[in-house]
Amino acid sequence: MTTALSIRGLQKTYDNGFEALKGIDLTVEQGDFFALLGPNGAGKSTTIGVICSLVTKSAGEVSIFGHDIDRDFAAAKKELGIVPQEFNFSQFETVEHIVVNQSGYYGLKKSVALERTEKYLKQLGLWDKRHTQARMLSGGMKRRLMIARALIHEPRLLILDEPTAGVDIELRRSMWEFLQEINAKGTTIILTTHYLEEAESLCRNVAIIDQGQIVENTSVKALLKTLNRETFVLDTREALAAVPKVADYELKLVEEHCLEVDVEKGQSLNELFAGLSEQDIHVVSMRNKANRLEELFVSLVNANAAMQPDQEVSA
Amino acid sequence: MNAQEQWIALSTIVRKEVHRFMRIWVQTLVPPVITMTLYFVIFGSLIGSRIGSMDGFSYMEFVVPGLIMMSVLTNSYSNVVSSFYSAKFQRSVEELLVSPTPNYIILLGYTIGGVARGLAVGFIVTLVSLLFTELQVHSLPVMVAIVVMTSVLFSLMGFVNAVYANSFDDISIVPTFVLTPLTYLGGVFYSISLLPEFWQGVSQLNPVLYMVNAFRYGILGISDINVGFAFMGVGAFILGLYLYCLSLLNSGKRLRA
Repeated sequence: MTTALSIRGLQKTYDNGFEALKGIDLTVEQGDFFALLGPNGAGKSTTIGVICSLVTKSAGEVSIFGHDIDRDFAAAKKELGIVPQEFNFSQFETVEHIVVNQSGYYGLKKSVALERTEKYLKQLGLWDKRHTQARMLSGGMKRRLMIARALIHEPRLLILDEPTAGVDIELRRSMWEFLQEINAKGTTIILTTHYLEEAESLCRNVAIIDQGQIVENTSVKALLKTLNRETFVLDTREALAAVPKVADYELKLVEEHCLEVDVEKGQSLNELFAGLSEQDIHVVSMRNKANRLEELFVSLVNANAAMQPDQEVSA
Repeated sequence: MNAQEQWIALSTIVRKEVHRFMRIWVQTLVPPVITMTLYFVIFGSLIGSRIGSMDGFSYMEFVVPGLIMMSVLTNSYSNVVSSFYSAKFQRSVEELLVSPTPNYIILLGYTIGGVARGLAVGFIVTLVSLLFTELQVHSLPVMVAIVVMTSVLFSLMGFVNAVYANSFDDISIVPTFVLTPLTYLGGVFYSISLLPEFWQGVSQLNPVLYMVNAFRYGILGISDINVGFAFMGVGAFILGLYLYCLSLLNSGKRLRA
């Protein structure tokens, strides 16, 4: 299988001495839908910045589809599309100009540029806004504009840094569908997000970065298997005055119609329901308290924090 | 990128730059024309008529080449410094930095954009000057070469200013405190032969003097300085500044973290 992105020993120390990346190794295979997760200041955006050459690395090697970003930068950049976290287009240019100009920076002929601009603006629901200045667009439209711009040279690797931040649920879902569609057509996608539901729904593989180090790098499925405990929320038909007792389960009364229970991996839920039934308590609905990946994420980051010496965050 | 792709990238940057200053023509093209028209009216017609001749020409004829050159160099500088700093401020410069466009194409594109505005304003100011005086051409090659080279030089200077600027205040400091005094003392309004010997020597340290005089030579055939030396000086400054700008882009100074 072809490697889309290869990172070896990547280090970045900023001028103020802050060590943002402490020797990261990461491999993303062609066709993957990959999540790069981490708390704020963990090093996600620095990693992406180095890949797209907006951040100068201190040490290490990065190659995109076999093209080293130092030695073969033009070929590497042609393979890469980038959707940054912050809006980074001229607010006074029209949607069409922004996308067409970007194609020019990749050396695409005008006829190809116009054809692709129409294609991607239509796919992302921006065609009607093509003559509108970027500053007049809504936040969601601006995000979609950045996706259209990143795709104009049809890169094989697309990196999105929190593409759905601040986007409403309906639009987020439509963006998910669009990303799944282009991934199915062969574009490798790397995504950073704070919505772990997004990573769990979309991504096949995941790396968790914390304090400049990769603390986990595996498939989403394998990661979820390591989850030892889940917290469920149970809605009851009867109003409860006190916490019911069921052997081997620790229940918490959240409100009079709502219970919380921690369930260990492999522990049967049947006994829980049987115990509640004996007390004439009927469960009418049940859900995970938190997204499963979120629980793992928190536990991994907490574990890593406990192992690290205190460090001032000053990036 | 192959040569054709680089050409497309260059023409895209130039087209974007020209489109930018044409879109805001009321801010970019009109003000310098109004300012220069006032100079023509006040210094050329009203005051100039009482000054008499300067180096064998009417004061209006003498001052026109300097005023055209002044508008060219200030507008070339302003275009690049404001456009590139705005791109930095809005982070739209990242569109270029993440692309395969080589740094020398980026620099060339912004420079040509500055030259385009400088020459556009210079052309309009020249047309306006025809309302006040007849314009002769002593040497078209000298006139064209020095105006283009000056425009290139000041575009590159604007680029350096834009790279180092941290705020919009920073992009007005150099034009206000450096360019304007150098231009006013650069022989636009007078021949340095009118100055005492000491101040003639001091004036010869001013690079703008050489550009204004070389341009005046192209139009009127008179100059306070050696025109050949002016071309060599401007050429050397262009080469030095171009290499410096390129090193700024290659190092990513103030552009990459």
